[in-house]
Amino acid sequence: MSPAAGQNHSPGARQYVLTWVALLVLLLVAVGTAYIPLGVVNVGLNLGIAVVKALLVMVVFMHLGISRPVVRLAAVAGFFWLALLFILTLAEYVTR
Amino acid sequence: MAPDAVVPDAPQFEDGEQRRSAATLGMWVFLATEVLFFGVLFGGYAVIRLLNYDAFVVGSHHTDVVLGTVNTAVLLTSSLTMALAVRGAGLGQRRDTTRWLVLTLLLGLAFLGIKGVEYYQEYQDALVPVLAFRYQGPHAQGVLLFFYLYFVMTGLHALHLIIGVAVVGAMVVRNRRGHFGPEYYIPVELTGLYWHFVDVVWIFLYPLFYLVARV
Repeated sequence: MSPAAGQNHSPGARQYVLTWVALLVLLLVAVGTAYIPLGVVNVGLNLGIAVVKALLVMVVFMHLGISRPVVRLAAVAGFFWLALLFILTLAEYVTR
Repeated sequence: MAPDAVVPDAPQFEDGEQRRSAATLGMWVFLATEVLFFGVLFGGYAVIRLLNYDAFVVGSHHTDVVLGTVNTAVLLTSSLTMALAVRGAGLGQRRDTTRWLVLTLLLGLAFLGIKGVEYYQEYQDALVPVLAFRYQGPHAQGVLLFFYLYFVMTGLHALHLIIGVAVVGAMVVRNRRGHFGPEYYIPVELTGLYWHFVDVVWIFLYPLFYLVARV
């Protein structure tokens, strides 16, 4: 959906509060599961929950969900280069 | 009663909407550089953790998970109040905006206070590299690396938050002076983007330092 050129793009307060509740629930899930021995799954859960929380903040609070494509592209660009950094660096260490 | 927003002159833009779009895009480009700025540290963390996993388990056990979790909740809540401040500014609700901005500022200060308490505890436990590090247990070298990363990354994050608190303070003053209204609130909006970005950085720092292996 393309954003409307209206006065106010901000989502409703209700959506913000729901997002905040979701973030706190995810935080509790992260702490809770950290105390359950799951092996490698623990790391996956930790990082997976962090990614979901970061996406919630960026899509809702930072308005990426209603931003123009060029703004989304700028947001993705930073993480794209970061991904290259991680892939090329870890490719060496992980395969030693 | 309240004066209209003082819209700084910017003849290069067709209209307010184009101006907002340009400002938002510029802010996101800056944030992309910030992603890479913090990103190299996260990359370094990944490599050092791969090579010293056992030491990271030990190091993580020496962090205060209760204070760290409370602080995460504080920062997530400050993002809510910041989002509501930006919304209020866009709707021209000046008083509400001031209130949300002040609340955001106080939550930011609360985060910094709690972080300071943690730093002090770690100083007393002699876990601060360079200043006072006397950990002699197993994996001492790796634990030293863990705490180097811990202080550099959380310290850099805290520095960003201090800047954020200062900028939010400036927004409170400008909002009270009536600089913003529905037709112009770009500075509040960009402050919000910065604030949420600092929150996103912490969202990743939290599990990497506090939750490495709690069992």
